Amino acid sequence: MTSLLDSIGYAGWALHALIWLPVLGIGLVLWAEEERAKNLAFWWSIGVFVLSLGLWWAFDPTSGAMQMETTAPWIPAWGVNYSLGIDGISLFMVLLTTFSTSIAILGSFNYIQTKQRAFYALMLLLEAAVVGVFVATDVFLFYVFFELTLVPMYFIVGIWGGERRIYAAIKFFLYTAFGSLLMLVGILFLFWKAKTLMGMPTFAYEDFLLVPLTGTEQLWLFGAFALAFSVKVPVFPFHTWLPDAHVEAPTPGSVILAAVLLKMGTYGFLRFLLPFFPLASQHPTVVTTMLVLAVIGILYTAWVAAVQPDAKKLVAYTSVAHMGFVVLGIFALNVNGLQGGLVVMISHGISTGALFLLLGMLYERRHTRTIAEFGGIARVAPWFATAFLITALASIGLPGTSGFVGEFLALMGAFESHPTLAFLATLGVIFAAYYMLPMVQTVFFNKLETDENRAIEDLNTREMVILAPLCALMIIIGWNPTPVLDRMEPSVRVVIERVEEAGARAAASDVLEAIPPVEVTQTLDPEDMNDGSAPAMTDGDE
Amino acid sequence: MASLATLVQGGGQTAVEGGHFEPFFPGLVVLLPLLGFLANGFLALQHARASADAVRGGAELDLGDPSSRPATHTLPTWIGPGVMAVAFLITLVNFTRMLGAHLDEPVILHYWTWIATGTFTVDAALQLDQLSMIMMMVITGVGTLIHVFSVGYMKDDPGYPRYFAYLNLFVFFMLVLVMGSSYALMFVGWEGVGLCSYLLIGYWFSDREKADAGKKAFIVNRIGDVGFLIAMFLLFKNFGSVDFVPVFHDAETLVYGGGLVTAITLFFFVGAIGKSAQMPLYVWLPDAMAGPTPVSALIHAATMVTAGVYLVARSSVLFALAPLSSAVVAGIGVITALFAATIALKQNDIKKVLAYSTVSQLGYMFVGVGVGAYAAGVFHLMTHAFFKALLFMGSGAVIHSMHEAYHATHNHEDPQDMRNMGGLKAFMPITWVTMWIATLAIAGIWPFAGFFSKDEIIWYAGAWAGAENAPYPQLYTVYWILALAAAMLTAFYMTRMMVMTFHGANRTGDEESKHLHEAPPVMWVPLAVLAVLSVFGGWINVPEALSSGWAGLGGILPMGEWLHHWLEPITAQAHHIQEANLGTYSYYAPFGGGEALWAAISTVAAGLVVLVSIRLVGGRTVVPVKDDAAEMSGFAKVLYNKYYVDEFYDRVIVQPILRASRFCWKVIDAGIIDGVVNAVGWGSKGIGWVVSMFQTGTVNTYAFILTVGVLFVLGASLF
Amino acid sequence: MITEALVLSAILFVIGTFGVLVRRNAIIMFLCIELQLNAVNLSFVAFSRVFGIDGQIFVFFVMTVAAAEAAVGLAIIISIFRHYETVNVDSFNLLKW
Repeated sequence: MTSLLDSIGYAGWALHALIWLPVLGIGLVLWAEEERAKNLAFWWSIGVFVLSLGLWWAFDPTSGAMQMETTAPWIPAWGVNYSLGIDGISLFMVLLTTFSTSIAILGSFNYIQTKQRAFYALMLLLEAAVVGVFVATDVFLFYVFFELTLVPMYFIVGIWGGERRIYAAIKFFLYTAFGSLLMLVGILFLFWKAKTLMGMPTFAYEDFLLVPLTGTEQLWLFGAFALAFSVKVPVFPFHTWLPDAHVEAPTPGSVILAAVLLKMGTYGFLRFLLPFFPLASQHPTVVTTMLVLAVIGILYTAWVAAVQPDAKKLVAYTSVAHMGFVVLGIFALNVNGLQGGLVVMISHGISTGALFLLLGMLYERRHTRTIAEFGGIARVAPWFATAFLITALASIGLPGTSGFVGEFLALMGAFESHPTLAFLATLGVIFAAYYMLPMVQTVFFNKLETDENRAIEDLNTREMVILAPLCALMIIIGWNPTPVLDRMEPSVRVVIERVEEAGARAAASDVLEAIPPVEVTQTLDPEDMNDGSAPAMTDGDE
Repeated sequence: MASLATLVQGGGQTAVEGGHFEPFFPGLVVLLPLLGFLANGFLALQHARASADAVRGGAELDLGDPSSRPATHTLPTWIGPGVMAVAFLITLVNFTRMLGAHLDEPVILHYWTWIATGTFTVDAALQLDQLSMIMMMVITGVGTLIHVFSVGYMKDDPGYPRYFAYLNLFVFFMLVLVMGSSYALMFVGWEGVGLCSYLLIGYWFSDREKADAGKKAFIVNRIGDVGFLIAMFLLFKNFGSVDFVPVFHDAETLVYGGGLVTAITLFFFVGAIGKSAQMPLYVWLPDAMAGPTPVSALIHAATMVTAGVYLVARSSVLFALAPLSSAVVAGIGVITALFAATIALKQNDIKKVLAYSTVSQLGYMFVGVGVGAYAAGVFHLMTHAFFKALLFMGSGAVIHSMHEAYHATHNHEDPQDMRNMGGLKAFMPITWVTMWIATLAIAGIWPFAGFFSKDEIIWYAGAWAGAENAPYPQLYTVYWILALAAAMLTAFYMTRMMVMTFHGANRTGDEESKHLHEAPPVMWVPLAVLAVLSVFGGWINVPEALSSGWAGLGGILPMGEWLHHWLEPITAQAHHIQEANLGTYSYYAPFGGGEALWAAISTVAAGLVVLVSIRLVGGRTVVPVKDDAAEMSGFAKVLYNKYYVDEFYDRVIVQPILRASRFCWKVIDAGIIDGVVNAVGWGSKGIGWVVSMFQTGTVNTYAFILTVGVLFVLGASLF
Repeated sequence: MITEALVLSAILFVIGTFGVLVRRNAIIMFLCIELQLNAVNLSFVAFSRVFGIDGQIFVFFVMTVAAAEAAVGLAIIISIFRHYETVNVDSFNLLKW
């Protein structure tokens, strides 16, 4: 497989293709006939997904550095480059994005009946933007993609959503845009610092890593970045946009929102927050604050989820609880915690995505999401009930499913550094059962009473095709997560080592104001920077 | 992942020392039930689809007469018990091989790396040693019998294939639990059996109460699981591993009675409390009787609920290092034993009696492992698996018969209520005889299995009290007295159950009693096998003090302290620690007298209780439920209502959490947080509204403001 | 010489500005804007006597833009008139919150 990929020069163009192919697809979908749009979009996204699968083999699992790096000048005057690359952290996020986009598109065939071309075009735009977020190694480029994701999502919720879609869409947009504006200020601050340091304008990720920051600066910038990403994750108490957005969004919108958009927040933690501000990230107050917020998120939203009458809102709240585990793992600041957090991200993407799909299928059949109106559906839809049960169990972290591996590692990592908080977070395991099982019981078990419920059809072939890979992944990752863990470990180590080194230096100099040494020896070729000529794609592989 | 060949043969095998034990396809023991689950599960889904179509049409799927049933219904008959029988045979081969070898170190079979981060690794590996082998024998052996019994019990149930799928899956997870080579893998089985228990309790999910019972079991179990997780985290934090071998090896470095080991063991015990239904988390087990009766026999008597005992026995090294935790284990055990026994006195549902009896007997096992008699705890686990599975299946046969009688006459009486039974020995002689054997065994009458195992536990409790450096001697004396008292109660409530069910006049009804019948062979043969085991099962571990005396018939009983010696490689380290810290056990009970004397006293006392209660209960007039208007009063009422523990939990825990949840949602989330968010929105809107007043829409206003602005800027730049 | 021209230009510009501010007839307002533009043109021409040809070139630009503006503006006014049957700007107040 690797040699085949090499022979077509896969590493050189794959990342570009993953961004621009969906964009090309937008044109095709808009140009196609209304009825054909969905099939075209689906097969197109499958093509992108298959293409992205090559990353699994092309990726070198032994290295923690950025791989397949390519760069081209974009706005030379500001030092902005169009530069891409992936490492063990973003690899899975990219795969998750391409995978869940295909699944979500297939899952919207019935749900989306109006303005289909526009819908599928927006889905593809969303895919391109999200992939861009995960592969951008230029901070400016990252920010552009980060904000660009808001646009398609805003329209997907606002046009194809439920009754209160406008409220939800605006809330979603403003909430997240507000957060990221502060981050923009932070980015600009870093930009000026980097410009002074390098003697030329630059937005390159590696250059930002070299910027020396005092402890106080780190704390302020940490705050700005953390706010942006916390809203996205969302971390309690910035989570209230999520239930509204989920409830009003159409099924595919919810799927993408849960599966990948939330991950942009925690990805930001790993990619920017920890490496850029290692001292602030391990400041005891900061760590405690983040962990406490994570624990509150886990317990509090589990409680709130348990009393929701609306199934979709329930699942939306559980998302917050799951993302709490991710934040918990990340701020454990050790390998177990970070890897656990990453696995929770993947697992949550799969299982919660599947839950939203299943609820969407239920809604298509019954036109309600109120839990109390269902009952006994397992008798008329056994395959449906089975798929739902597997997904629900993966979601509450039963061993043997992907959810367990992630939560276990995240909690274990957190326990290493903060036993008391980790203990409280572990109680979330109980409350996961407390919110999920009553819903499963009320919907699928109990007596089959009403005629509407009796008429519910079991899964059809298309729906089985959607759910089979999701359920399979939950179980495969649950039993054999090692290939996944192996690939992310080196990159996670890079992050951890950076944090630990900074901490050690600060401890050695006995002040918080320790300054990382400046090693301006490598990275950017000034000619490359100021050369405004045609974008020559340079292959960054060593 | 390992290839299939290495999977079944055991690929990377390490640490085969001190013996020539060649494992014989141990992977298949685990794999077969899983394959059975997959096959049955597929059949079940196909079957359910057919039945769903019927339900959608407003009818039920007609299973017709037994000869014309669809393959989806008949195939599981062979697959379900079939995989179990093969798994049992393979286990048997392994067992005999291990008998021949003198295995000092566990044999560990690595299949693949399950979880590996930079600092933490745990393999998917099976551990074969004496303890896991005993557990495997019990699980596959009793499991096979219960599967066979189920064929008779469940054959007319529309969900038959689903039932076998769940049952096979349960056995798979149970085997993972006992064979896993690390706490993490054990936890997989631990929660897996919890899942199967949930599914099987709520097997008849259309009944809301039954579905509720399943949910309750799962959630209560999860409370315990948190303890298990925390204990694992503590282990990892201190040893860097959760594998048994390195942890027990490194455990030597722990301080005897130190805070760390006490914390680890107490957290593990929280897990055990949940899984093994001990105080205060026992409440799910009586409700779990909502499941089919063979399920109660397999999961809620013979195997799953004993997982907690297995956990403590497996961690014997850690518990031996923590005298406080051991005292807590024994204390919870003995309190539960007594508490549950008193509740069982007043229950009328035959399965509820057995459920509380199980809780009580599990308490005994914990007393055993709590006083450092790990072999005795496992011994009681094993004999209990025999006689309690027998009792449950016997009650299943009774319920089956009662159900058919009521079904035939379209009566809606409760077929499980003993007040509707009576005199069944005339209709079901085999069931009657086998259940009496089990009753005598559980009551602790010589020479039945329960006598030896229970006696040993009580003896050790007393002996611990008199050990040289016993940590809490008075406490253990109290345990010893309570354990004896609970043994007497056991004899009473079990006899009461037997008399109410089988003796006296029949109360089922004149028309109905014509339909009462003995269970078919597929059901009574397993009963008979277990009856034999209930008689002889105790002979494998007759203490030396007894085997040479009257109880061993002057040494003719064949095996002596076989189990004790068999488990020695597992418990040696723990015993070593105990001896170093506690000194030698006393050879006298707290009030004097040797083991043989007290064994004689207890068996005579138990025998007397049985005889007296036959007269006592037999002399009572019991009326059927429909005619029963008796109001209970005083303590009897409290017992009948199970000390109101469920009501207490509901009021003190469940309702407050629900109220807090609603508060969080309505007040904090929708009120405060969203209130702030919306306030920001309204604030912006308000400011916008005020500013928009300047937007008159008339061009002249705009031009005027523009001009003023220009003049202002000009003026500003001039001056 | 240049002073007089600039004074004239200023007077014209102020007249134009007042016209835009106080008149309500769209056509008249439009003419007043043209007056302002031409006042500026006058300044440009005057300045070009001192500073060179650049000012006159700018005048051409302005005239071109003014012509384009006249075309578009008049078209708008006509279409508004068709709709409202008036060119009184006070009646066109839809363009507000």
